[in-house]
Amino acid sequence: MPQVSLTVNGTRHTVEVEARTLLVELLREKLRLTGTHVGCDTSQCGACVIHMGGDSVKACTILAVQCEGASITTIEGLAKPDGTLHPMQEAFREYHALQCGFCTPGMVMSAIDLVNKHPNGLTEQEIREGLEGNLCRCTGYHNIVKAIAAAADVMQGRRSELARAAE
Amino acid sequence: MYEFSYHKPASVADAVKLLSADPEARPISGGMTLLPALKLRLSKPTALVDLSGIAELRGIRRDGGTIVVGALAKHYEVATNADIKAAIPALAWMASTIGDTQVRNRGTMGGSVANNDPSADYPAALLALGATIQTDRRKLSADEFFTGMFSTALDTGELVTAIHIPVPEKAGYAKMKNPASRYSMAGVFVARGPAGVRVAVNGAGANGAFRAPQMEAALQANWSPDAVAGVKMDPAMMNGDIHGSAEYRAHLVTVMAKRAVQNAG
Amino acid sequence: MNVVAPFEGIGASVRRKEDLRFLSGRGQYTDDINRPGQTHAWILRSPHAHAAIQGLDTAAAKAMPGVLAVFVGADMAADNVGGIPCGWQIHNKDGSPMAEPPHPALAIGKVRHVGDPVAVVIAETKQQARDAAEAIVVDYAPLPAAATMEQALKPGAPQIHDGAPGNLCYDWHIGDRAVLDAAFAKAHKVVSFETTNNRLVPNAMEPRAAIGEYDAQSGDYTLYTTSQNPHVIRLLMGAFVLHIPEAKLRVVAPDVGGGFGSKIYHYAEEAIVTWASAKVKRPIKWTAERTESFMSDAHGRDHVTKAELALDAQGKILGLKVHTHANMGAYLSTFAPCVPTYLYATLLSGVYVMPVIYAEVKAVFTNTVPVDAYRGAGRPEATYLLERLMDVAAKEMGLDRVEFRRRNFIPVDAFPYQTPVALQYDSGNYFATLDAALETADWKGFEARRAAAAAKGKLRGIGISTYLEACGIAPSAVVGSLGARAGLYEVGTIRVHPTGSVTVLTGAHSHGQGHETTFAQLVADRLGVPIANVDVVHGDTAKVPFGMGTYGSRSLAVGGSAMVKAMDKIVAKGKRIAAHLMEASVEDVEFDRGTFRVAGTDKTKSLTDISLAAYVPHNYPIEEIEPGLEETAFYDPKNFTYPGGCHIAEVEIDAETGKVSMVNFTAVDDVGRVINPMIVEGQVQGGVAQGIGQALLESAIYDDQGQLISGSMMDYTMPRADDLAPVSVATHTTLCTHNPLGVKGCGEVGAIGSPPAVINAVVDALRDYGVRHIEMPATPAKIWNIIHGGRRAAAE
Repeated sequence: MPQVSLTVNGTRHTVEVEARTLLVELLREKLRLTGTHVGCDTSQCGACVIHMGGDSVKACTILAVQCEGASITTIEGLAKPDGTLHPMQEAFREYHALQCGFCTPGMVMSAIDLVNKHPNGLTEQEIREGLEGNLCRCTGYHNIVKAIAAAADVMQGRRSELARAAE
Repeated sequence: MYEFSYHKPASVADAVKLLSADPEARPISGGMTLLPALKLRLSKPTALVDLSGIAELRGIRRDGGTIVVGALAKHYEVATNADIKAAIPALAWMASTIGDTQVRNRGTMGGSVANNDPSADYPAALLALGATIQTDRRKLSADEFFTGMFSTALDTGELVTAIHIPVPEKAGYAKMKNPASRYSMAGVFVARGPAGVRVAVNGAGANGAFRAPQMEAALQANWSPDAVAGVKMDPAMMNGDIHGSAEYRAHLVTVMAKRAVQNAG
Repeated sequence: MNVVAPFEGIGASVRRKEDLRFLSGRGQYTDDINRPGQTHAWILRSPHAHAAIQGLDTAAAKAMPGVLAVFVGADMAADNVGGIPCGWQIHNKDGSPMAEPPHPALAIGKVRHVGDPVAVVIAETKQQARDAAEAIVVDYAPLPAAATMEQALKPGAPQIHDGAPGNLCYDWHIGDRAVLDAAFAKAHKVVSFETTNNRLVPNAMEPRAAIGEYDAQSGDYTLYTTSQNPHVIRLLMGAFVLHIPEAKLRVVAPDVGGGFGSKIYHYAEEAIVTWASAKVKRPIKWTAERTESFMSDAHGRDHVTKAELALDAQGKILGLKVHTHANMGAYLSTFAPCVPTYLYATLLSGVYVMPVIYAEVKAVFTNTVPVDAYRGAGRPEATYLLERLMDVAAKEMGLDRVEFRRRNFIPVDAFPYQTPVALQYDSGNYFATLDAALETADWKGFEARRAAAAAKGKLRGIGISTYLEACGIAPSAVVGSLGARAGLYEVGTIRVHPTGSVTVLTGAHSHGQGHETTFAQLVADRLGVPIANVDVVHGDTAKVPFGMGTYGSRSLAVGGSAMVKAMDKIVAKGKRIAAHLMEASVEDVEFDRGTFRVAGTDKTKSLTDISLAAYVPHNYPIEEIEPGLEETAFYDPKNFTYPGGCHIAEVEIDAETGKVSMVNFTAVDDVGRVINPMIVEGQVQGGVAQGIGQALLESAIYDDQGQLISGSMMDYTMPRADDLAPVSVATHTTLCTHNPLGVKGCGEVGAIGSPPAVINAVVDALRDYGVRHIEMPATPAKIWNIIHGGRRAAAE
């Protein structure tokens, strides 16, 4: 059986997998990082988005063996070791950008990549279009869009911390 | 997925050797089309030959009047590459609309070109720009290369290594996305350059990407949105499905052609 | 010590307690659970819409690597496993019961829809199970299919079930036909309208999953499942399918990734893995691929309706006649029969004074996936019909559509208001929600915006919907008389711990609604315990008393009320203990947010003092009062609750492509008392997104052979962020008069009120094209056809 060595959330792992094992299966079943979800089988829902070398990638559409030597970050690896949330996680909570929570990990990972790829900030329309690869059935997206805009301000230094959303 | 073996050669020569030895083996680069098909068990290759470790397939550079894109260039790289943005902004913009962010982070121009999905974006762009597709053994014009839906001139084991794109004077793209899949339902790429005035269409055709000679003639005579706005396409050439009839797609091609010319400026 | 911050109680937009685990990847959904020794199931499903099974050979599959067992329908039948039961019985016009054909968990003799389960493979890995399933040889003899209700009702149509002649499940009616005919006879005008309510696929983001586990030592079964109501699953599966006593069957619904109705029902896969786990003596996990979800989760809507509205010369409604065909699919899902009857026809009065209504509903079997309640369940279908009909009628009467509605609203002083279709509305003010929405949406300024859009080549339209719905289906005795085979109460236990923290056990289930926060706020508000010290437990039949779960926007109205009743008992007992400790009479003890006080004095005891005394009963009236501070209440509502309101949609159409863009959406809803405004707003926004999805994007389409063409997200259009516009949400409250919180429910209003608002806006945008009606979803191709046809008509 093929072996793959990769770094996940800063920890190096060497795992035996079938060639047909998807990265998401490796994460969920071998490493038991179950925060990365599977919501479809046509690579559309984005519940499985992780970062690979800093880029958002759908873990359901990449083989584990394609990740040899890769550095992967999952939702479990976002918060600081002391538990401090990433500004994107904090903003999702502050703006009620999640309901059932199933799409949330992928949504957060996509959102961070989206902000990182727009260092000068994003318009509402850019955020909406930037979420094309992530489906949410609960929120209607509006609060997700607001959360991402707020987190972008924090991540890019335009605001030091999240203002409490308008009541 | 069915079981398969996995190989990751370090050179084109090794990849070609592996692929030539086993006609049921399939090359994989980004895998953005192949892996979804494998997951649904629509295809049963014996082996996957991963091209991602082949350094000679990487890179984007400008070579005089030509942009040379390595087969492994990802859509995101094409969308953000400074040379492409300066020389062919329509191509960069087009690449920024392919799939979603995650597809653009993984999918490659070589893979898209070799797959020739009828609703993929690149084939129409390369037809319109008069690009040349370089393989491990020869060079083919885009017109020779794309031979119909999911069909190319590639022989078994033959790999796309780079795409040579002559820099146009003007180029523009517009597309209507399928509301569900977000693939192109009708996309039109227009260009005026070394290869002449060319118009190519993706998404709508019954047999993959194609050129639109009537539109080319109209734009040759008068490069303006109005020139193509009156050119009607033949619904018999178009695909029809639950998202739109052939007549609707024929109409969309005309609308997108007009908008592509507008976008080209 | 309990010190409550004032902003945590009723009315505070408290941030959600459950978010931290979801945001850090620590939620625990069914597929996240792995049991020791777990195996995996793959279900082989029918590729045919209708076929006889002439042979079934599993020998090769059984010999495949990793395979533990392969079971077919005959194996379950041999074990005396029952069929999947239906939870609601409707009676025909003549009083006879509906046709209720058998629904085996694994097909026996015949398959009736694409996706009908035929066999299950249990193997060490999911891929091995799937590999082996391909080695099962099924000899199908395909039969002609009835993919649509029209096909199913034709003379000589393929007969789907032996026990349902003509594929008719029931022929039901409500209202007085003779009175209606008399009203129509004196009408100034009768407006006719026909429409199809498009079939939807719920597509909660978490696919269904189930793990069955059998403990041979104790004989106990455990089912982990993606359910909105674990007790209902335990009752249905234990009593009717597997014949397992409740005490031997535990059902756990852990974190559930969205439901929208689709996870109410008892599904075959739950019974299959539970039953088979005792056969293979190992836990068995099944998780749906999305492709399976499309062909096995109950679909929603799918009505074809003809309606006529009788009006007098002043535009007052005289009567409404409705004839609806409702698609049941191939089998009766758990609550399917009640959706087009008691959740639809009883809502046809809407917010209007209607002297008489007569509705008849024929439920039809087809060779499609079963259809059941999906967010709104019957009320969206009724609302869509009414609110489209109101627009059409206003136009044909030459009346302004807002004025026409206002003219027919139920007056503010008419409550309680008895409709001609059984329901009695307790409260509402439809004028107030209408006025607020018109103001917020700047209805008056619309024509200027339309002109500005026209200058850019866009067609702009505005649409309104003034709707009403019914939540918290009840009371049990009444719904029982209407055919429900379950009670519709809810249970709540309040467990005050010795040091004053609180555990709430609720029969409601949260799968996105934020109960852990809202319910904690109820405790904070009443008992003065900070929400950080309140733990809400749900979703486990081993922990929670028998409850009915979450659907029909019932959690707060019914489950919250049960909690209030339980807290009443806590306070009453606490007062007795406090009276003893403070040497006062019980009548003199007052309680307010955590403090017991002897009236008119400064003598006080905190809730913690009381709970400590209750659990450490040293100085305690043990002869008169039991130790401990834990109370349970079951609450059976006296009536439905009736949320209502006004939704206004504004759209722009690209005339060249037909693409409709949402530019604005305003919702002003009366959901009764609001506990957490942030959560209410989120619920409305999410509901509106699904409503816009129905109106513009989503449609489950079968071909003539019964193949689901839109069978994946490649062809079924799920709303994405850029399909939607900001939704402005406001509430206007009239209190529910019959539950202790005054709450009505907010989970479905968005999906109920919005579809007609959107279509009314689209029709308005196309007003120059002579369009009377556009069926949902208003896709670009459909709009383009209308514009194209309109232009052609104008040219001719």
